[in-house]
Amino acid sequence: MKTIKTCVTALISALLVFSPVAYADKWSDQFPHIKATGDIPGDCSYESMSKKNYKGKTLKINTHAVPVMGEPTALHAEQFAKLTGAKVDVTHTPAGDLYAKAMVPFQAGQAPYDIVFGFSNFINDWRRYLEPVPKKYVEMKQMKDVTPSHIGVASWDGVMYQFPVDGDRHYLKYRKDVIDNPEYQKQYKEATGKELRVPQTWKEYGEMAAYFNNWDWDGDGEKEYGSAEVMKKDDLMYAAFYSRSAAYSKNPKTPGGFFFDLETMKPLINNPGFVEALTDWVEATKYVPPGGINFGLGDEIGSFGGGQTLFSFSWDDAFVAAMQPDSPINNKVGAAQLPGAMKVWNRKTNSWDEGFNQAPFFVWGWAVGVAKKSKEKEMAFDYLCFFANEANHQADIGIGRFGVNPFRNDDFKVDVWTQIGWDKDIAKSYVDTLAQMEQSKNRVFPLRVPGTFEFNAALATAAAKALAGQLSPQAALDEAAKQWEDILNRVGKDNVRKAYAVGVAMEDNKQ
Amino acid sequence: MNFKHKFVFLFPGLFVLIGILIFPIIFTIRLSLSGWNSYTPEMNFIGITNYIRLFTDDPRFWESFFRLSFLSVTTVILQYIIGFALAMMVWREIKFKRFFRVIFLVPMMTTPVIMTVIWRTFFHESLGPVNDLLGGLGVKPILWLSDPVIAKFTVIIVEVWQWTPFMFLLLLAGLLSLPKEPFLAAAIDGASPFRKFVYVTFPLMAPISIGAIIIRLIEASKIMDTVFVLTSGGPGTATETSSFYIYIKGLREFQMGYAATLSFTYLVIMIISLTIIAKVLTKLMIKE
Repeated sequence: MKTIKTCVTALISALLVFSPVAYADKWSDQFPHIKATGDIPGDCSYESMSKKNYKGKTLKINTHAVPVMGEPTALHAEQFAKLTGAKVDVTHTPAGDLYAKAMVPFQAGQAPYDIVFGFSNFINDWRRYLEPVPKKYVEMKQMKDVTPSHIGVASWDGVMYQFPVDGDRHYLKYRKDVIDNPEYQKQYKEATGKELRVPQTWKEYGEMAAYFNNWDWDGDGEKEYGSAEVMKKDDLMYAAFYSRSAAYSKNPKTPGGFFFDLETMKPLINNPGFVEALTDWVEATKYVPPGGINFGLGDEIGSFGGGQTLFSFSWDDAFVAAMQPDSPINNKVGAAQLPGAMKVWNRKTNSWDEGFNQAPFFVWGWAVGVAKKSKEKEMAFDYLCFFANEANHQADIGIGRFGVNPFRNDDFKVDVWTQIGWDKDIAKSYVDTLAQMEQSKNRVFPLRVPGTFEFNAALATAAAKALAGQLSPQAALDEAAKQWEDILNRVGKDNVRKAYAVGVAMEDNKQ
Repeated sequence: MNFKHKFVFLFPGLFVLIGILIFPIIFTIRLSLSGWNSYTPEMNFIGITNYIRLFTDDPRFWESFFRLSFLSVTTVILQYIIGFALAMMVWREIKFKRFFRVIFLVPMMTTPVIMTVIWRTFFHESLGPVNDLLGGLGVKPILWLSDPVIAKFTVIIVEVWQWTPFMFLLLLAGLLSLPKEPFLAAAIDGASPFRKFVYVTFPLMAPISIGAIIIRLIEASKIMDTVFVLTSGGPGTATETSSFYIYIKGLREFQMGYAATLSFTYLVIMIISLTIIAKVLTKLMIKE
């Protein structure tokens, strides 16, 4: 009996082990991109897509420049074309022009592209021109695995307009080989009297970055620096500033708005919390690499990913790039939540609340939608569904330059990352960081209101003036707040309030 | 024969003029009186609200305009001086004259955006070769793109490098077309090369110089690609020019109505100021 049981168990195990491999072989031979997993069965798998026939039809896509998001778009377009017989035209556009390139034809009532890529904070401006994601796709298995935060980011008032293909948040990246080095820990303690550890607050971050600035601490013959940050105006720097501000200004005791007071719609960006963050940031210009004040996202990824700095914080790309096998700091990095602060501004009492505060920033990320006026909506949604199917997604998230980051519950499993060569501890610190952010009840979501671009640009210009020494942090933020008031008056307070309430409900855990 | 038939022949030209010049200007004026933006995508009528905003509440535009004036005047003066010197050099009978003429034109033949990317790499403070080279000579790294003052001069260096050949070309063409007699007369009188330049070459070249300077001023006042690629207007707003600011308002923030207001105002200012500059230059450089 025992022998029979053993045989049956072995047979079942063999079937379980080998059947997916056999299935994988069928498609991964043709599409080596998914060689690690093979095809994974689902509504939009390779197998399912191969049964569709879009021969004679053309799908037009506007996406970002190569490689970030542009490369996976083109790759999956080529695969989709081979599977379905469709012709897929992919146009690549620089990030700064994605909004206008879609918006101009949208406003003219035309649809030169069936699919438009952009950022998730475009949703309020774009949603009237986008086709809501059909129920069939919303209820698919692959969509059910998307985290609630990212369903929220892709939706407006419960209607999903953007098909989730990417998940974004800002978090801290650090050089584990330095922070965990006992010799440096001793040296730092002797020099400063403080512990060298993963920075818990922005002040600690600044102290450590200043200490490890402008000397060769990794023995490669080149100087290293404290921190790489996105400080270049008009290159997403406002997102970096919000990340630095969250700990000082997102007070769990004062729900009802981070950017504005939802009741009065008074801009909050010049309150002492934001000013403290900008003061820290001005100080940070002393411990970034030479020219760091002009670093855009690409520079930040290259700088930290190339081993030039101790710290960095922004999207996942720099971390994933650092963990790729060809990186000089492969398996030498760690992830943690954004640092916190030992005080947080309370706008109700007009004073600081003492005590540790931390607030993850669910910054906007890549988003994509189907034009309402598209004549190929079904094919367009099939393409997006195929883009984000389980096999493609798992392959994409392991390639730093693709810009595809975790947004599914399955992504938060250590095995997913160890399979692609990550050290187990690092993989754990990474997935734990992401999971903790998901679980946090004191989160900040990006501004998604009419005129978002104007608000962010005004803030970025003011912050850039402070970083360049043209204005003091307080004067710069006062200038930004004044401009926010002007924008509010132009757009209409009630219009902005109505839209802002949607984001505030998410932040206040009411959705 | 019906005399009016001759006007029929004017229509094609008239249509082209209306299509490419008159219509865009009228459309821009109409757009500037609207509040067209991302949340109000319509040609509504808001009167002169945008103009009031520009003249009472937008110091950034005026700052960018004065910055542009500084950048364009400085670059054009430098281009004129260097271009004139180079043109004088190859105007003479020198060895490899044809080679130098071609070499001097190379920067102008390159694509501005691509060359600016290369310049940006040169001037990159931590990775670029310029600071490496200076470091080898014991000079401290210079913040080519991060210092608000130095960044302006970096923009000037790139602009001068890119567009001096254009000035050189115009001035060389002018030199080659000068009559020989005044130079012969000066030689017979025993004038030194310096006096020949001051009293013969320069005055004869004045009309061409004015034309070249005005053409370059018009071009330089539209400076956009260099700033966009090299500094994005930064650090802070230290290198932001009018055209870059209008681009931000129009195509980044999608304030189409307001961007049209800025464009039209800028056009009027440029027409007036360039007319004045041309008159002043004529008065200064052309002696009756």
